[in-house]
Amino acid sequence: MLYDIRLRITYDYDRPAAEGRQLLRLLPVDLPDLQRVQSSALKVDPTPAERAEFRDFFGNRVVQVALTGGHAMTRFEAVARVERTAGRPVPATAPALYALVAEIAAMRGLDAMQPHHFRNPSPRIGAVTEITAYTAKAAKPARDVIRAVESVGLALHRDMTFDPKATTVETAPVEAFVQRKGVCQDYAQIMIAGLRGVGIPAGYVSGYLRTVPPPGKPRLEGADAMHAWVMAWCGQAAGWVEFDPTNACFVTDQHITIARGRDYGDVSPVAGILRTSGHQRSSQAVDVIALQEKPASAAP
Amino acid sequence: MDPALSKPAAAPSLLAGYRPFPGVPDEVVDAAGRVRPVWDAFLRHLAAIPAEDLQHRFGRGDQYLRDQGVYLRQYGAEGSTERAWPLSHIPVLIEEAEWETLTAGLIQRADLLERVMTDLYGPGKLVSDGYLPPSLIAGNSEWLRPLVDVVPRGGHFLQFVAFEIGRGPDGCWWVLGDRTQAPSGAGFALENRVATTRTFSDFYAAAHVHRLAGFFRAFRDTMIGLQADPESRVAILTPGLLTDTYFEHAYIARYLGFMLLQGEDLTVSDGQLMVRSVSGLRPVSVLWRRLDAAYADPLELDPASRLGTPGMVSALRQGSVTLVNALGSGVLETRALLAFLPRIARALLGEPLQIPNIATWWCGQAAERAQVTAHPERMVVSPAMSMRQPFEDAVPVDRRGAALAEWLAAEGEGLVAQEAVTLSTTPAHIDGALVPRPMSLRVFLLRTPDGWQAMPGGFARIGRTPDPAAVAMQRGGQAADVWIVSPKPVEATTMLPPASAPYRRPLPGMLPARAADNLFWLGRYVERTEGILRLLRSRNVRMAESGPVATPLIAAMDPLFKAMGVDPAQGIPAGMISTLGAAISTAGQVRDRFSQDGWSALADMDKTARRMAKSVTPGDDAARAVSALLRKLSGFSGLVHENMYRFLGWRFLELGRHHERAMSMAALLATLADPKAPEGALDLAVEVGDSVMTHGRRFAVATARDTVIDLLALDGLNPRAIRFQLDGIKDQVALLPGAMDAGQPSTLSRAVLRIHTQLASEQPETMTTAALLSIQGQIAGLSDLLADSYLH
Repeated sequence: MLYDIRLRITYDYDRPAAEGRQLLRLLPVDLPDLQRVQSSALKVDPTPAERAEFRDFFGNRVVQVALTGGHAMTRFEAVARVERTAGRPVPATAPALYALVAEIAAMRGLDAMQPHHFRNPSPRIGAVTEITAYTAKAAKPARDVIRAVESVGLALHRDMTFDPKATTVETAPVEAFVQRKGVCQDYAQIMIAGLRGVGIPAGYVSGYLRTVPPPGKPRLEGADAMHAWVMAWCGQAAGWVEFDPTNACFVTDQHITIARGRDYGDVSPVAGILRTSGHQRSSQAVDVIALQEKPASAAP
Repeated sequence: MDPALSKPAAAPSLLAGYRPFPGVPDEVVDAAGRVRPVWDAFLRHLAAIPAEDLQHRFGRGDQYLRDQGVYLRQYGAEGSTERAWPLSHIPVLIEEAEWETLTAGLIQRADLLERVMTDLYGPGKLVSDGYLPPSLIAGNSEWLRPLVDVVPRGGHFLQFVAFEIGRGPDGCWWVLGDRTQAPSGAGFALENRVATTRTFSDFYAAAHVHRLAGFFRAFRDTMIGLQADPESRVAILTPGLLTDTYFEHAYIARYLGFMLLQGEDLTVSDGQLMVRSVSGLRPVSVLWRRLDAAYADPLELDPASRLGTPGMVSALRQGSVTLVNALGSGVLETRALLAFLPRIARALLGEPLQIPNIATWWCGQAAERAQVTAHPERMVVSPAMSMRQPFEDAVPVDRRGAALAEWLAAEGEGLVAQEAVTLSTTPAHIDGALVPRPMSLRVFLLRTPDGWQAMPGGFARIGRTPDPAAVAMQRGGQAADVWIVSPKPVEATTMLPPASAPYRRPLPGMLPARAADNLFWLGRYVERTEGILRLLRSRNVRMAESGPVATPLIAAMDPLFKAMGVDPAQGIPAGMISTLGAAISTAGQVRDRFSQDGWSALADMDKTARRMAKSVTPGDDAARAVSALLRKLSGFSGLVHENMYRFLGWRFLELGRHHERAMSMAALLATLADPKAPEGALDLAVEVGDSVMTHGRRFAVATARDTVIDLLALDGLNPRAIRFQLDGIKDQVALLPGAMDAGQPSTLSRAVLRIHTQLASEQPETMTTAALLSIQGQIAGLSDLLADSYLH
């Protein structure tokens, strides 16, 4: 599947902003056998005083910009043409949950996709007893790790209510879990906390999801949103398996990956504070346009 | 040990009751009960000092530490408190030959740690080849992912390291912990040395003790040698006033002549780390970091940090700055690493560790767990990832058998077991006698262009009780000097360059904008305190005369007090004390730029004022007390005036003083020289303006509005007059960087000239209350202009 993606994030300030420095993780990466970026570009308005691109530890593309201040508006606009495949099918077999610890121990190395980075609590996803208990219960009947991941994701999808008003980007997993409400970020963070709690290394994936308008309605421009889901390490043979708890499915060629990390902090699209004395408003518009149409339906 | 044997002939009286503990090596007496030769001369000297003289000498050392403002910050349930620096006055003596063997072993260890660091932030082979468990690194909060593959400028991660060492039961040294993040204590070692030499000044001079100054000179030269170019600077980065070692940061910055900066003093511009100075952005290429790495850059490291500099990591990625030590070096302090270093030494260096580290077992592995369960009585257990001092968080193993095995199996990855420490003992002088107390030693190593160099001395911790765990200073341990004694006379080194080098006057240091801001406000607060005190004195003198009834004249002063936030009905008002407190806290921010005498003068005044506030009553009592405080304050002003180097820092202090004095004089005159002011107000104004004598001499008549306005507003020769302040402001502003901008006076200079010209053209009769208030408003505006131009 070939996609044209456009993301526009705009900040408006009541008073001119002070100088600031930000990290932008808005451009997709090539992923072997899964995703290929044909072209991509990031426009920043006003033109930054400094701009440099690098790869972070997890291999994500990061653009660092420094703005000198005095502007009343900042806009980041990322465009990309990405080819995405469905990848390999979800493996039919995987180790049982109790056997995973030995599989992890057999893995040596510190490179980014080693499971060791994803086992422990991370800055934004701490260990939560209630979530671990919930996860253990949901995973118990599963015959192997992959089916455990799926059961947990399905349980969350069943028990949670999608509610954009219930949480913000800073809401801790435990808060969203207690109220059983939230958006894709909350679903993903709760699931990661739970999987880690029961011994499954898990990470956070940010990206886009292709949405299809209701039958007979035109696709509204900018109506899509950024999305987040979960990657879980299911043993040496199966490796990383990605699951989207918001939509109760393993990822497909309808998902496009932007960045991967331990939690939202590692992948946040715009990091760093731009100081301003007044209020600021931000808005986000996302277009994910499939160049070869193929229907599907899902919620972000 | 047989007590009879431990009675050495050298110093019978002193060592008569000195009984080392059985099976524990002692620094002074060997296993056979003989005094080690290195101690002999010192103990003879000590024994010859009469008891009362010894107390007097100890007092001299303590006095030095108090005068220097060396204190210990202690943390308890109710926050932190400061207490006197706990110096154990008896130094620890070590023979030069033994020291050389010891430091050779520590240099090997420093080289090993550099290799480990290079691997952990590079190829990661120690983990992939099985020398280190991956969880120990991947789950480590000090292994900083953004720094992976960032090669330090110059190639070295470690420039300055410290080792905590102790002497084991067999008499050999072992390493208890590695300090690689931002080792503290070198400055305290220097202070311990000075205090101890004050105590034993006559003996020390001829005692062949290696001097410390050469090491610090090498340190300074090495830091300067790491500079990218002569235009860039070396600076020390501190978390600030609230950290327990801030005193040391300020002290060492002063001693080495480096700028002391906080994260907000720095910014990154085009990949280069810059200091925000009053002369604009200036490059810093070497930063001695006393701040934990995670706080250094809120953008790429801990986003909650308020102490860091956004973009610091990007400057490192560009290789434009050397951090001493590299960000991320804290990972080497992980306690569990001690379990793996012996094997890593053989793999990386091809040789065993010359100085072993304390036996450590990481409980994440079954074989190691078995070791621990087999000998629980010899072990203490602590968190595997702990970076804290040895002994600080270790607990004896209180579980046995199956319960222990179960605990270790469940939580082993997060635990290490270590052999319970015994430390050698060294004499401490307690209640008039020498008693053996456990000791550990911190040794400092510097990487110079010629290789690692050890500080010939160190920082000893002495336990207050025989329990080795009690050496921690937070648990009442004491600090002691360490003397490395040579059989031959030692070279007397100083910080001065060798006489053969041609003299070059160094450039005056740069002034960071934040330091300038603090100095400006220090000037203002000190002056404001003085203004309040003068008003208070005049009021209380009048109260003493008129009795408790408030006369119209006394009531006329109320608005002046109100504007300063002071309730004059209090003898020593809380509002005055808080203004003085503000002066002290701004002074505390610039302690590295400020003489110790000046600091002591302020602190002493604060103490006196607080004491007075408890008992002083309004009227005569308060008038006297306030006079005493005024004398103390003029002591401070005199010290500043006589001693402070007349460069940028002094200019900002002067600007603050002039600014505040001009403002308060304008307010005073607008209130008391107003035509509607009550009878006696003009005399009062002259008195508060400290110009009674001058008025008498100049005018030889009673006060009139014209004479008072002339003397206190318009007279450029009266140091209390508004005109005098504006002259001073004009002079200082003209000497600030950027006073002229492309041949034109800067905005600030123009504003100063405008006010100055206006005041110069006034006559007493045109200087109405409205005109005074207008001048006051314009002067107030200068503060904002100054801040915009220099203080951000």
